[in-house]
Amino acid sequence: MRKADVVCALCLLALGLLVVAEGLRLGIGWGTDGPRSGFLPFWLGVGLGLSSLIVVWQVLAARGAATRRFVGPGKLVPVMKVLIPAVGMVVLTQVLGLYVAGGLYMGAYMRWIGRHSWPLIVLLTVGIPVVTFLIFEKWFLVSMPKGPIEAWLGY
Amino acid sequence: MGDFANLLLGFQIAITPYNLGIAFIGIILGTIIGVLPGLGGANGVAILLPVTFTMPPTSAIILLTCVYWGALFGGAITSILFNIPGEPWSVATTFDGHPMAKQGRGGQALTAAFTSSFVGAFFAIVLVSFFAGPLAELALKFGPPEFFAIQLLTFSAFVGLGGGSPVKTVASIFIGFILAAVGLDIVTGQLRLTFGSVELMRGFSFIVAVIGLFGLGEIFLSVEEGLELRGVTTRVRFREILATWRELLGYKRTFLRSAFIGFWMGFKPGGATPASFMSYGFAKRFSKHPEKFGTGAIEGVIAPETAAHAAGVAALLPMITLGIPGSPTAAVMLGGFLIWGLQPGPMLFKERPEFVWGLIASMYTGNVIGVLIVLLFVPAFAAILRIPFAILTPLIVFVCAIGAYAVSNAMLDIWYMLIFGVVGYVFKKLDYPLAPLVLALVLGDLAENALRQSLIMSQGNPGIFFWSPISAGITVAALFLFFWPLLAPLLRRTRGAPEPVAH
Repeated sequence: MRKADVVCALCLLALGLLVVAEGLRLGIGWGTDGPRSGFLPFWLGVGLGLSSLIVVWQVLAARGAATRRFVGPGKLVPVMKVLIPAVGMVVLTQVLGLYVAGGLYMGAYMRWIGRHSWPLIVLLTVGIPVVTFLIFEKWFLVSMPKGPIEAWLGY
Repeated sequence: MGDFANLLLGFQIAITPYNLGIAFIGIILGTIIGVLPGLGGANGVAILLPVTFTMPPTSAIILLTCVYWGALFGGAITSILFNIPGEPWSVATTFDGHPMAKQGRGGQALTAAFTSSFVGAFFAIVLVSFFAGPLAELALKFGPPEFFAIQLLTFSAFVGLGGGSPVKTVASIFIGFILAAVGLDIVTGQLRLTFGSVELMRGFSFIVAVIGLFGLGEIFLSVEEGLELRGVTTRVRFREILATWRELLGYKRTFLRSAFIGFWMGFKPGGATPASFMSYGFAKRFSKHPEKFGTGAIEGVIAPETAAHAAGVAALLPMITLGIPGSPTAAVMLGGFLIWGLQPGPMLFKERPEFVWGLIASMYTGNVIGVLIVLLFVPAFAAILRIPFAILTPLIVFVCAIGAYAVSNAMLDIWYMLIFGVVGYVFKKLDYPLAPLVLALVLGDLAENALRQSLIMSQGNPGIFFWSPISAGITVAALFLFFWPLLAPLLRRTRGAPEPVAH
């Protein structure tokens, strides 16, 4: 937990420094019409940098305090089982469109994690995207990314 | 008296069949959203926001506020039957609500919770109807220094009252403002923090951030904890409702006290959670049987639910009158105002009275519809949580992706959503609060403009925030709240009082 806390604070410190550098590039002084573009980002970066340093200091000062692990042993696996297929869905969306990719993603997850029966999976993975398609494209006229299958169906 | 006529006008708009239908749909969707893990008020409203783009603004805001009421009601169902607080302010409801359900008094606990929510909301809505007009009138006199001072107060309140680590709260606020600064600077026309990338020119949409941080982040947390839904089955019978109502009549004082605490805490940012705990604490202290608290005392359900719902309503007051949201959900709604072509702030009362008063009137109708629906359909809503987790999880991720894409039809936003999801998961685990980050992202441009205009007015002298009595008062209050985490231990030491127990 402490290690994760320090690593996260150091990442924020880096972000703060990056913003400070950008602020300095844009100019932090007084322009012809008020403060220049970099004025606020500069101080935001300074503020973030300072607060992350305080976090690091607080963590290191609390030496010996009881800590729990950031992620319990083996607990990261279920998280990755959601995250990695989700990334896969987004990649597939660029090729197949959101409806087909979403259906495949849901089906894969239900089979792999839930071990549900095939008829149920087929029903849900076809039914849910079709219903969402009708709600968004037909009813609310909000367009989603579409791929070859929708094109073949004439949309 | 002009406000009363306006409220009547509002009712004429809110009671049209179309708007009542919208309210009905909103409540049902909202309750489902409140019951589902990983979907709460803020990201539920965010996902549905694109759906409202083609609606008239008044109907759109009625839909979104009703989703919000529904989510508040839905939170009580999971707290009582499943011992899972859907939102931080329903934590206190689990203390006595779940024991009641386990003793077979689930119907009684749910009736008490819904009725209390309704009473708290109704009390706060009456106050909102009275105060909204005068407050907007006052706010019309505000200039940039006053608006910046109020924004300062908003963020200081998170630092001073939010609980958790003050330094991490400050860091979250800065991150939000930095994300808001990405893109085109509309004052000077320069590109900021884009590092030469075309994609970053658009900046970050707070709706995508909300869906990622609250939606996906929450899903990651719940799969990690291996959420097991072992709930208590219950039905609410009509006779039980009547008996509970008769019993509730004996707790008038608890109702009134909790509603006041809720309203008072609620219109300050981050107020709903402390309000629910405070109200629970007060109810226990003033109760005739404080020893029964925690084992299934009905007062322990009444107090936090009344306060949380009153606070939830009160959080909309600064959003309507000042254009400054007090909670992430209000922030998402405020983002909707801009998309529907409305300029948030006190001028709305002058320019679009039918919108403002239609919204206020719909708070009455929405909560009446809400309490009736949840009382009638509790088993149906509770059944949602019995859907296997392996079906719900990918479904929620899919819905989140749709919501993120629909904001501005950008594929990149789905990627941002995934990244925000991971960030939300890490921040939640490390106790960085997410609400101030989202609020800073929404208010970033407004706050920066107010700051710049103030500094231009004063030729760069930061003392301008102390020049007018209103902004001086607000700025002093903001500084006090900001430094409260440092002051409080000092005060306690000088008085020699013991450390309070953290809740």
